[in-house]
Amino acid sequence: MRRAALMLAVALVAGWSLGPAAWQALTALKPDDQITRVPTVYLPDPPTTRHFETLWARKPFGAYLANSVVISGAAALLAVVVGLLAAGALARTTGALRDRTLLGLLLLALFPPILLLFPLYEGVRALGWINHPLGLILPYAALNLPLAVWILESGFRQIPREVDEAARLDGLGPLARVFRVQLPLAAPTVVTAGILVFIFCWNEFMLALTFMTRDAGKTVTAGIASVGGASIYEIPWGQLSAAIVLATAPLVLLVLVFQGRITSGLTRGAVKG
Amino acid sequence: MNDTGHRERVLLLLPALLLAGLVVGLPVLRVLQLSFSRVELDGGISTSWAGLDPYVRLWQDGRFWTALRNTAVFTGASVLLETALGVGVALVLHQRFRGRGMLRAVVLLPWALPTAVMALAWAWIFNDAFGVANDLLGRLGFIERPVAWLGEPGTAMAAIVLADVWKTTPFVALVVLAGLQGIPESLLEAARVDGLGAWQRFWYVVLPLLAPALVVAVVFRAVQAYGAFDLVYVMTGGGPGGSTETVSLYAYQHYFRYLDFGYGSAVATAGVVLALLPLLVVLRWARAREVR
Repeated sequence: MRRAALMLAVALVAGWSLGPAAWQALTALKPDDQITRVPTVYLPDPPTTRHFETLWARKPFGAYLANSVVISGAAALLAVVVGLLAAGALARTTGALRDRTLLGLLLLALFPPILLLFPLYEGVRALGWINHPLGLILPYAALNLPLAVWILESGFRQIPREVDEAARLDGLGPLARVFRVQLPLAAPTVVTAGILVFIFCWNEFMLALTFMTRDAGKTVTAGIASVGGASIYEIPWGQLSAAIVLATAPLVLLVLVFQGRITSGLTRGAVKG
Repeated sequence: MNDTGHRERVLLLLPALLLAGLVVGLPVLRVLQLSFSRVELDGGISTSWAGLDPYVRLWQDGRFWTALRNTAVFTGASVLLETALGVGVALVLHQRFRGRGMLRAVVLLPWALPTAVMALAWAWIFNDAFGVANDLLGRLGFIERPVAWLGEPGTAMAAIVLADVWKTTPFVALVVLAGLQGIPESLLEAARVDGLGAWQRFWYVVLPLLAPALVVAVVFRAVQAYGAFDLVYVMTGGGPGGSTETVSLYAYQHYFRYLDFGYGSAVATAGVVLALLPLLVVLRWARAREVR
């Protein structure tokens, strides 16, 4: 009885979590007349890859994906490197300086992006970075820096202080200690921080929508908003679904491979307070 | 410690402070300045001091207050539902069963997928003519004829809340799960020996111990929900008739549709300031409870 209730709960949770994305995948594989049939056709019969082909021919979707990979990857790298330096310093610090810096960073992360949007737009324009990857990379790295520092610092803090002290007495400078002592010892944490920042950058929409006005410069999230048909009355749902599947597939892979790391990164800050 | 140690640390912190200052600090100051300015377009933009005028205009702007109310309703409903649901999901994930690791990955999925992209997926699910929501609810006998979910104010708000709850429940669930794993089994065993039933153990033992983690999760989520943009922009565009327009969306319209940069800045600034007040009250209340 108890067992059955648990299994029912498990099935409900799994269905609720997978349902919307799975429905999109099914829609992407249906021929057009089955997408718009009433009552709803649930399984594609037969499945078709036509929508993927049309989408690929009609939109520079490969460029969207490449832009997302480059921009999110570079931003994650920058945030992690800058975050490593800061976390390295903070992990060697105690008292007010550490607490205040961490709290200050947290407050920065809480500002709604809309507050920063227009001044950032002005800055990016002034630098000639509209439609340039740098116009997103720098803001993304900065906006995710607090998260990176919090995760990295909590990882560095697990390393006994004596290790750092011994390296210092061996004559290693502050930079060498970050990259040759703390980084290798806390490597899993560094991976966690990188993955989380990458996901947040991949998913960002407001800045991408605003700063990338040329089709070829768009990331997938911004690009998908422009997949619509000639008028709003003929939204090509098959192609849209195909686009949604392509934009989410890399993240599904990341989650499947790094589930444990992502979870530990997400909960680390919250539980330790 | 010694002076060189201190200097080293400041140097290591410098890149982070620089990046944060350039991308967050300066823009905050700039938006504040713009919010008190008249902004004119003349090739570039030129600003002149407008004093409190933009804020007087804001005070009399019904659409701003509607957006503020929409944002509050969205935030309240979304955070309440995802907290309740998140605790439930965490309790399921905390049980022992085969495939638990797999289910944890599955639960995490909605959190990892892009909001703007999944907003389209939800718009398709709630499509009035061909949406699966109408079909399912019709087959189950809950509705007699198709509902235009995104075409009516009440149901449009409900739809975006549901989409947000779907996306963010994993965050609450995982934070709560981590809290659950920190509760010693012996404590629950003691409560069982004392004759407390499952429900009483949850209510009197587990929930109070989860409180700190829950407060953090709720504050984080509330702040995020309050800034909601992607979901609303894609799913409803603020419609129908402005009934789902959030403060972020309203500010965005002034910036990039009406090109009224000064007033857009006033909307964004006022929105944030007005949200800070309830946030501070909640934090103070949480701290007071913690001290007791």
